[in-house]
Amino acid sequence: MSHPVQAAEFLQDAAKAKWHDETLWFVRDKRDKISHTIPEWEQLRELASKIKDNVLGNLDIYLEDFERNATKNGIKVHWAKDAEEHNAIVLSILQEKNCKAIVKSKSILTEECHLNPYLEKSGIEVVDTDLGERIVQFLNQPPSHIVLPAIHLKKGEISDLFHEKLHTEKGNDDPTYLTQAARVHLREKFLGAKVAITGVNFGIAETGEFVVCTNEGNADMGVHLADVHIACMGIEKIIPKRQHLSVFLRLLARSATGQSITNYTSHFRSPAAGREMHIILVDNGRTAQLGRETFRNSLKCIRCGACMNTCPIYRRSGGFSYESTVPGPIGSILSPGLDLKKYSTLPFASTLCGSCSDVCPVKINIHEQLYAWRQEITKAQGTSPKSLSMSLGNGIFKSPLAYKISGTLMRAALKTLPDSLIYNPLNTYGKSRDLPELPKESFKDWYKKNRG
Amino acid sequence: MKPESPHIALFIPCYVDQFYPEVGVSTLELLEKLGCKVSYPQGQTCCGQPMANAGFERNTVGTTRHFIETFKDYDYVVAPSGSCVLHVKEHTPSIPGLEKEQAELHHKVYELTEFITDVLKVERIDGSYPHRVGYHASCHGQRGLRLASSSELNEEPFSKAKKLLENLAGLEWVQLSRTDECCGFGGTFAVTEEALSIQMGKDRLEDHMVHGAEILTGGDMSCIMHLQGIASRNKQTLQFKHIAEILNEAIS
Repeated sequence: MSHPVQAAEFLQDAAKAKWHDETLWFVRDKRDKISHTIPEWEQLRELASKIKDNVLGNLDIYLEDFERNATKNGIKVHWAKDAEEHNAIVLSILQEKNCKAIVKSKSILTEECHLNPYLEKSGIEVVDTDLGERIVQFLNQPPSHIVLPAIHLKKGEISDLFHEKLHTEKGNDDPTYLTQAARVHLREKFLGAKVAITGVNFGIAETGEFVVCTNEGNADMGVHLADVHIACMGIEKIIPKRQHLSVFLRLLARSATGQSITNYTSHFRSPAAGREMHIILVDNGRTAQLGRETFRNSLKCIRCGACMNTCPIYRRSGGFSYESTVPGPIGSILSPGLDLKKYSTLPFASTLCGSCSDVCPVKINIHEQLYAWRQEITKAQGTSPKSLSMSLGNGIFKSPLAYKISGTLMRAALKTLPDSLIYNPLNTYGKSRDLPELPKESFKDWYKKNRG
Repeated sequence: MKPESPHIALFIPCYVDQFYPEVGVSTLELLEKLGCKVSYPQGQTCCGQPMANAGFERNTVGTTRHFIETFKDYDYVVAPSGSCVLHVKEHTPSIPGLEKEQAELHHKVYELTEFITDVLKVERIDGSYPHRVGYHASCHGQRGLRLASSSELNEEPFSKAKKLLENLAGLEWVQLSRTDECCGFGGTFAVTEEALSIQMGKDRLEDHMVHGAEILTGGDMSCIMHLQGIASRNKQTLQFKHIAEILNEAIS
């Protein structure tokens, strides 16, 4: 299904769509307020963007530094060129440890690699320990937001779900009560897992350590109770030095949720005595994106989710409407690099309003890349304005009436006056909107008469 | 400006020409009242934005060449549209043989309010407009041309439009909850993502209405056409005017 179809469906439940919009706007507003308390906020963004420029320009060097230093620290470093290799590495470690149940803290990379279904097929129980992720896991859904995985659900729905899965009281939707039930449930899972998987927010080249940020402490709880820690990291998460954390950590939580810092900012450097620590460095399309000059700096993303919270489209269409692991504006510039055809409607799911670029803590020019992807998509589909009606049928656009509007304006562009503009059956445009009244003369006519 | 002042070309977007001639007239009269020598080059067509935003920038070479040839000999080009001006500056393909003219043009094409504040250096406009006015900041003007501070950025608040409106006697500036959220027009987006476009428009209208706006104004008629169309369909009584109309009325 294309984005417009999904979005229209989401908007069917008007009350819930409004709630979704307002809830995410609340997060965006919190982010505005806290970022305005930092006088050097814009300099921090600039600095973060430049550090990331340096990283992307020297990624090979930093990755090798990281590998060398991490190995010195006793971490086992693995390289995976794609999702399949990544998943196979995880499975081989689990098999070696004869491990049948794992706990996993939030990692969008493992979502991207579809690790859970892969491991489950091999008979391994995977428990996502982030509360929001556990909720969507119960529902067999992917996260709808990269920071707030269950933001599409209201507390009543979670109450019903927990009643079914965790036998909480029917109808009790008190958040404290429900959270307590999840804690008790997860505690048992933490105690039973020999291996814990985490994501990585920052890998530090100079020290070979890595940092994981959570609000629930679930990464630490999992890691400290398990014999083996497997950290899964996209290769773009490298930063050169530990001191650069002072830039990124200040931006990350403020941009994500309006907090000054995440509740837990955990630094992992080497395994405890008798334990193992693995890190898997995953490419999965990242070097291809690095090779695309126009789209390269999408790899600066620190996965704060601020562009989702600010996006007027995301807020009103929900994360699932994008059908992509990373939804929202940043997903719409990352995903076409993975599969141009599958994600061809995403760069069009935008008014190019530019709010995403202004909110981005690492200054990714998201809306400009959306525009640039549109140019690539029409090229790849071999369409021209004249054959636009073909591509309309092929799913770039939902409605052939787009052609009529743009076609008419195109004719205007080609020096043919849009005489017929008003007479076209602009059904889609006019479905819920009145067209302007046709004036008795155009400006050009008026000018000729009065000033000509 | 004095009689020997620079020669200004009026760039009237194609849909304004066709649907909103009064906005063109107001822009022309307003600039003249401010002492400008203004001409309307009659060979002008569309800037090519609808094609480019739909993914066909490469097919706008002819349109862009025509645009440059039409406007290159003027000292300034002024349009009552942030969106079309942004397109001309940022999204037109490079035209072989006209590189110099094109580069110069990008520096002399202005949206109306920025031309008045930044080139004419008008500090205030005096006049009377006793109405409650809500301002819809078009995204391309707001975040593209930086006609006002952006709510996402940590910067000193400013607004070129507000600067021009705020001294009009009797005008009450309506403070919105979401000062610079998109209205959902977005060109072909209005049709391809119709459901979202309408919902975004309704939400913008509600923000203006709950804060008691009597007139909704802005610098881009495309946003206003979309919002007006939704309001009209839903029998909402808000009035709609381009900022050029308000300024022109206020000082006459």
